[in-house]
Amino acid sequence: MQNIIDQFADTIRIAAERKAPLHICGGGSKEFYGNRIVGQNISMLDVTAYSGIVAYEPTELVVTARTGTRLADLEAQLHKHRQMLAFEPPHFGAAATLGGCIAAGLSGPRRASVGAVRDFVLGVRMLDGRGDDLRFGGQVMKNVAGYDISRLMTGSMGTLGLLLEISLKVLPLPPMEMTLSLQMKQAVAIEKMNLWAGKPLPISATCFCNDALTLRLSGAEAAVHAAHMKLGGEEVAEAAAFWQSVREQTHLFFQPGKSLWRLSMKSTTPPLSLPGQQLIEWGGALRWLISDAAMDAETVRAAAKTAGGHATLFRSGESSAAAFHPLTAEMMSIHRRLKEKFDPMGILNPGRMYPEL
Amino acid sequence: MHPLELVKNLRTFLPPEAVLYESEDLKPYECDGLSAYRQMPMIVVLPQSEAEVIRILRICHMSETPVVARGAGTGLSGGALPHAAGVLLSLAKLKRILEVDPLARTARVQPGVRNLAISEAAAPYGLYYAPDPSSQIACSIGGNVAENSGGVHCLKYGLTVHNILQLRVVTMAGESLEIGGAGLDAPGYDLLALMTGSEGMLGIVTEIMVKLTPSAEKAQVVMAAFDDIRKAGDAVANVISAGIIPAGMEMMDKVATHAVEEYIHAGYNLEAAAILLCEADGTAEEVADEIRHIDEIMRQSGAIEIRTSRDETERLRFWAGRKAAFPAAGRVSPDYYCMDGTIPRKNLARVLDGIERLSAEYGLRCMNVFHAGDGNLHPLILYDANRPGELEKTEEFGAKILEMCIAAGGTITGEHGVGIEKLNQMCSQFGSRELKIFHAVKMAFDPAGLLNPGKAVPTLRRCAEHGAMHVHRGEEKFPELPRF
Ligand SMILES: Cc1cc2nc3c(=O)[nH]c(=O)nc-3n(C[C@H](O)[C@H](O)[C@H](O)COP(=O)(O)OP(=O)(O)OC[C@H]3O[C@@H](n4cnc5c(N)ncnc54)[C@H](O)[C@@H]3O)c2cc1C
Ligand SMILES: Cc1cc2nc3c(=O)[nH]c(=O)nc-3n(C[C@H](O)[C@H](O)[C@H](O)COP(=O)(O)OP(=O)(O)OC[C@H]3O[C@@H](n4cnc5c(N)ncnc54)[C@H](O)[C@@H]3O)c2cc1C
Repeated sequence: MQNIIDQFADTIRIAAERKAPLHICGGGSKEFYGNRIVGQNISMLDVTAYSGIVAYEPTELVVTARTGTRLADLEAQLHKHRQMLAFEPPHFGAAATLGGCIAAGLSGPRRASVGAVRDFVLGVRMLDGRGDDLRFGGQVMKNVAGYDISRLMTGSMGTLGLLLEISLKVLPLPPMEMTLSLQMKQAVAIEKMNLWAGKPLPISATCFCNDALTLRLSGAEAAVHAAHMKLGGEEVAEAAAFWQSVREQTHLFFQPGKSLWRLSMKSTTPPLSLPGQQLIEWGGALRWLISDAAMDAETVRAAAKTAGGHATLFRSGESSAAAFHPLTAEMMSIHRRLKEKFDPMGILNPGRMYPEL
Repeated sequence: MHPLELVKNLRTFLPPEAVLYESEDLKPYECDGLSAYRQMPMIVVLPQSEAEVIRILRICHMSETPVVARGAGTGLSGGALPHAAGVLLSLAKLKRILEVDPLARTARVQPGVRNLAISEAAAPYGLYYAPDPSSQIACSIGGNVAENSGGVHCLKYGLTVHNILQLRVVTMAGESLEIGGAGLDAPGYDLLALMTGSEGMLGIVTEIMVKLTPSAEKAQVVMAAFDDIRKAGDAVANVISAGIIPAGMEMMDKVATHAVEEYIHAGYNLEAAAILLCEADGTAEEVADEIRHIDEIMRQSGAIEIRTSRDETERLRFWAGRKAAFPAAGRVSPDYYCMDGTIPRKNLARVLDGIERLSAEYGLRCMNVFHAGDGNLHPLILYDANRPGELEKTEEFGAKILEMCIAAGGTITGEHGVGIEKLNQMCSQFGSRELKIFHAVKMAFDPAGLLNPGKAVPTLRRCAEHGAMHVHRGEEKFPELPRF
């Protein structure tokens, strides 16, 4: 495996010498996400050969795997020991890799109750834009030695380094899950989701769409039944398939071909009056908006900002707007300086996140 | 700039009592919780608002004056140790709770607010701020962010980094940044994570939005005693592998239980080589379930005595001993030195054996209290600073413990930070390339290098001189530096 790393490092060094951009490529499952890489003579750097689990000890609740590992294989291995990646990363295709999952930094339905990808990242091994092999963090739950580079890498879209290995905290699968459905209007649903999140209830996922609030309860059997009694609602059959369809965006709401906006905001924000259809997750903190090409990006971004958040053009459809919410000048200058330090020649996925990075 | 000229400049917009420079006024600031290191600052300033912080930093930036931030000064690694030619920036007067939003379960607070005060303000709504360092009655939330502090509850509810949403930060150049957001994520790089645990090196935190957690309906604790510390270690692993994440799982060795019992009367088993406190919280149904399960695992792991708290008073009494471990150490010894290594749980017994051997070798007693659930050790080395050479011996003992933690696949600091104290051990944990990246990150935020200089990340030269140059993954470290 070291020879693969040596090859990656050589590729990076050569690219740096020529100032020729590299497109870091995992399974290619999130091709739609983010902006196009800019520059000339872009070459692909395929990381899928660097795969496999390096260490997994269920009693330590830690797994370390190479970034080319398929997410599906990793999750299957954890399930054998009744454990999981608690942040439920979307795969968006069978080929999705661990590297792509960490680089894209996306989390699924359980995020509001257990945390995001970055909350579970304990350590990374990576190559920076000089081809230097670096390790940060580790395999332990608590570690404050040095700056938290592992979490900085999470969600950086491959613009700061090529990820080689990731150590993640894993969690036990809940002993029991039950999904409930309640009919109500959006404004009521937003209020209820927030009220309930402030009570000691084992709610592990929420989804509001078409005047129906779907809730997942996870935990000890007694607790789940007690919560069901308190909350009421109909138990949903085929619940696993439902949550899978929300996580993987195969739910009917997500119509292919249309522009899909992802608005992340304060969970108590009242219903947004933006044209198009909405699906709400994360107890109100995540709002998906399907709109047509005429939808003006500024309007969506302003709505998100007013609500203390930001908007991503998740699937562009026919829109030509930039994928990510613009940063303030002060924030961008910090970002640029960080980029320069990690990737002085600007060859790692340039433009994938912002044109300036 | 001459100190008096700087004082004059600062006093143009700060009241005289907010700019201190006479030595008797400076004295209280000469050290933090790591009192073995002391240094008088040149000037202490006590701003009351972010606007004042910005003006102070701009003046210091222009005059190239180093700045060290200070919260409550309870840090245990010398992070808030002043700079002899610098300004000590106390955030203690920024202590307003700006907003508690019960529906959104957030609180917006200034950095000088005490950790416990947030939970007190949230309590009427059935909410609390989960990270609970033992120092929570005193330490500031700004200091918590700077150290990524943890506590007993962090096994289940996460560290500071998992419980904050947004920061307002002022850079050394006096620019203000808004990092994170009111939602669950933010665009761009995860600077919220980068700021957390950055030990006052990257910017001054002037406002924090924290997440609040609903108070559990019920909590109950199991106290299990073991005649062998290995069995206690195994019991910890057995609980986790049974799929239980307790609300807290703490261990104390015999030296610790004896020191504590004399003073708190928590009812610990004094015959035991180690005791475990394992807490379940949640709904009444959940707790009953989990306690039954934990009880069974403790029995199977060979506990010689198991007691479950019958009511809230008893639960608090069981915990009182653990929480009083530090003061108890202070009662049985003139001085103590607290270490903070973290290791994979499976190596617990091995590392504890090693500590015991070192304790005999150095002739210094050591008591162990720790966050067993996440492998975070707090060996307290008991010593007497008035005995010539004993502090040096203690520091050497401590350094060896940290080297042992690194060798066991762990880290030199789980929650107290590197500060001034663990700079040498950073040279063992990281190679020169990683250290260079750390310096580069610092430069991205503070190109002039004026914020808390000399802390948290050692210079490459210092590492070369320290001689901790083990061969790291087959490479020689610091090849660019001359050998001697
Ligand atoms: C010849 C050819 C040329 C192409 N040219 C372009 C092009 O110029 N622009 C374009 O957008 N698409 C291009 N594509 C489309 C391409 O298929 C997808 O963009 C790409 O495969 C998506 O993979 P991914 O890494 O994004 O997928 P995922 O594995 O889902 O990764 C998501 C994100 O993570 C990053 N990433 C993945 N693994 C790592 C890792 N180990 N370390 C760091 N970051 C990582 C990726 O760079 C990406 O930003 C091209 C395809 C081909 C065949
Ligand atoms: C008895 C005792 C028990 C303890 N128990 C625990 C425990 O259980 N868990 C734990 O994690 N820690 C514990 N600690 C350590 C300490 O309480 C924590 O590190 C705490 O977070 C420090 O907060 P402070 O306000 O005292 O910060 P200070 O000591 O004043 O400063 C700590 C660091 O933070 C920086 N800083 C402070 N405020 C700011 C700001 N606003 N912006 C930028 N940088 C800033 C300082 O420059 C310094 O580097 C304990 C300490 C004691 C004395």
